[in-house]
Amino acid sequence: MSIHKYLRERFFPHIWCAGCGHGTVLNGLIRAIESLGLSRNEIVMVSGIGCSSRITGYLDFHTLHTLHGRALAFATGIKLSKPELNVIVPMGDGDALAIGGNHFIHAARRNIAMTALVMNNRIYGMTGGQFSPLSGCGMTATTAPYANIDPDFDVAALATAAGASFVARTTTFHVKEMIDLIRQAILHDGFSVVEILSQCPTYFGRKNKMGGAVEMLNWYKERTTPLGSKAKQNDPSLIERGIFMQVDKPEYCSQYEKILQKAQSANSQTKE
Amino acid sequence: MPGAVRFMQGNEACVEGALYAGLEFFAGYPITPSSEIAEQLSYRLPRQGGRFIQMEDEIASMCAIIGASLTGRKVLTATSGPGFSLMQEALGFAVMAEIPCVIVNVQRGGPSTGLPTHMSQGDVNQARWGTHGDHAIIALTASNHQDVFAITVEAFNMAETFRTPVVLLFDEVVGHMRERIILPQPGELALVERLRTSVPGGVDYHPYLPREDGRLPMSDFGGVHRYNVTGLYHDMWGFPSENPKVVHGLIRHLVDKIESNVDNIARYKAYYIDDARTVLVSYGASARSALHVVESARRKGQKFGLLELQTLWPFPHDIVGEAVGRAKRVIVVEMNMGHILHEVRKALTNPSNVFLVNRLDGVFITPTDIRQALRLIEGKGI
Ligand SMILES: Cc1ncc(C[n+]2csc(CCOP(=O)(O)OP(=O)(O)O)c2C)c(N)n1
Ligand code: SF4
Repeated sequence: MSIHKYLRERFFPHIWCAGCGHGTVLNGLIRAIESLGLSRNEIVMVSGIGCSSRITGYLDFHTLHTLHGRALAFATGIKLSKPELNVIVPMGDGDALAIGGNHFIHAARRNIAMTALVMNNRIYGMTGGQFSPLSGCGMTATTAPYANIDPDFDVAALATAAGASFVARTTTFHVKEMIDLIRQAILHDGFSVVEILSQCPTYFGRKNKMGGAVEMLNWYKERTTPLGSKAKQNDPSLIERGIFMQVDKPEYCSQYEKILQKAQSANSQTKE
Repeated sequence: MPGAVRFMQGNEACVEGALYAGLEFFAGYPITPSSEIAEQLSYRLPRQGGRFIQMEDEIASMCAIIGASLTGRKVLTATSGPGFSLMQEALGFAVMAEIPCVIVNVQRGGPSTGLPTHMSQGDVNQARWGTHGDHAIIALTASNHQDVFAITVEAFNMAETFRTPVVLLFDEVVGHMRERIILPQPGELALVERLRTSVPGGVDYHPYLPREDGRLPMSDFGGVHRYNVTGLYHDMWGFPSENPKVVHGLIRHLVDKIESNVDNIARYKAYYIDDARTVLVSYGASARSALHVVESARRKGQKFGLLELQTLWPFPHDIVGEAVGRAKRVIVVEMNMGHILHEVRKALTNPSNVFLVNRLDGVFITPTDIRQALRLIEGKGI
């Protein structure tokens, strides 16, 4: 399989550090799209600002690199305007859930058909290692030198509560699973969220003495487990992977089609 | 055949103008005194196949219209001061990425929550400099409903011509007042449509390479050309660049495409200017009171004139200098602490002849207010 046709090689080398998980997400994303056989012209990729958000520029789709936290709002305009497009929104954890938290819950609430990929490295990579709402208590960051006292979000629970109709979690260690989950998320007709734990050895790893990329990937292997597994019962501190939510419910753009029909049939009945 | 005569609010006239111009997509968040625009469009747009969405805030609204514009639609959002403040970052994105869009700010008293239901023109400088960094912007206004309609159409035309956000700075009085308007017939006012590239699929398309005339043909998202759009400095492919030549070239292009067309963008109305000794310069609702003063002075044989500005940014210094330069006295009438005053002074060789007449208390400035201030300026006391 040639992934090269999806890449804008003119724009390489990329900006990511050696060992960064974001490149693995890029790879998984391309393979998911390739396996779906989608035309590059029907895909719009919208991102915000952060190391993670740079992923759009490297991909040969319609790409929109926007403002920190606002990608889903831009994407909503695109999707409602042209619902036939496939809209994919890769975001960092700070991007999606700190500055962009409001847009995240409202996109989920509307259940507008697009795929949000939360590339969760539990830190602000781009700006040099400050803590994020996903860092968690006790972790260290450049703005939490003594230890972070900010509790973290559970992205899957938050997305589910807000109304997302497909919610999954995976890691950059579990690449096959990642490809499969992204694939299902894109196919899903509604707001889909895939949280991908993605290592930042440069800041999160170093600040928290987690070692390099290999050790961090090993941590994903050791500290995560499939949803509903026995291991989780034995050790509740394990992080679950898999599909947390998958339901059919009215999708925003299809609902808007009904409004269009209603308004236009009123049109033909009344003269203005 | 003249169009239908209607009686409506200024906000409604803006809606009519936007639909006439070909509006297809609106995103907004309710705020007084602009909410009627959203309410009307939620009803009108779907009837003609357009799309309306109420977003979670004004930041999201501004972002959503930019996204929709990239798919090839004519787009609008409407707000007032606090919402306009929230839109500033995304407004700058539209400047940088050259996205055609129209933003209505029906001004109310500020700062902060200020005077939600009262009149002010305090956002003129915010429209110019609200977003960070050097840039140019187009901001237009009008004083009556016929002109609100026409200037709204112009706003859409300029957004397409210059690939830029255009701000419509109305005010609470014009927005909420009801008056007569004759709706123009289709074809009566010229419309500018999206300029799309003629480059066929498979051939390298440069989304950010201006043609000889400075215009940049676009390609809709979802079409045959896949390209990158970013708020970073970028090259002709839209790819991020820190190359000093590219950076300098882009900032010059963004500013020059508007500043070098200042005379083409200038819209204004001159009343009794030619022999006027006292010229009032005003805009928006304030210009209504100013016109009243001028007309009653003329009836008494006093040589008064009015220059009513409809283009506030880019400020037409040459046109203003030419129009009011010979007057003995120039009186700027505006509902703020002197936003346009400074521009008028810059336009004149003798700025000490320029005086400000204003009101800052939320009460619409009346002809009597202006006359009283004029007596003071003339040294006659009240
Ligand atoms: C409005 C605004 N505030 C702050 C920033 C600075 N900023 C850029 S990226 C970023 C955080 C990046 O972290 P995350 O979203 O988690 O992505 P990562 O870089 O870790 O992939 C911040 C705070 C900005 N660009 N815009
Ligand atoms: S700083 Fe962290 S997130 Fe950013 S590229 Fe480097 S490793 Fe990746």
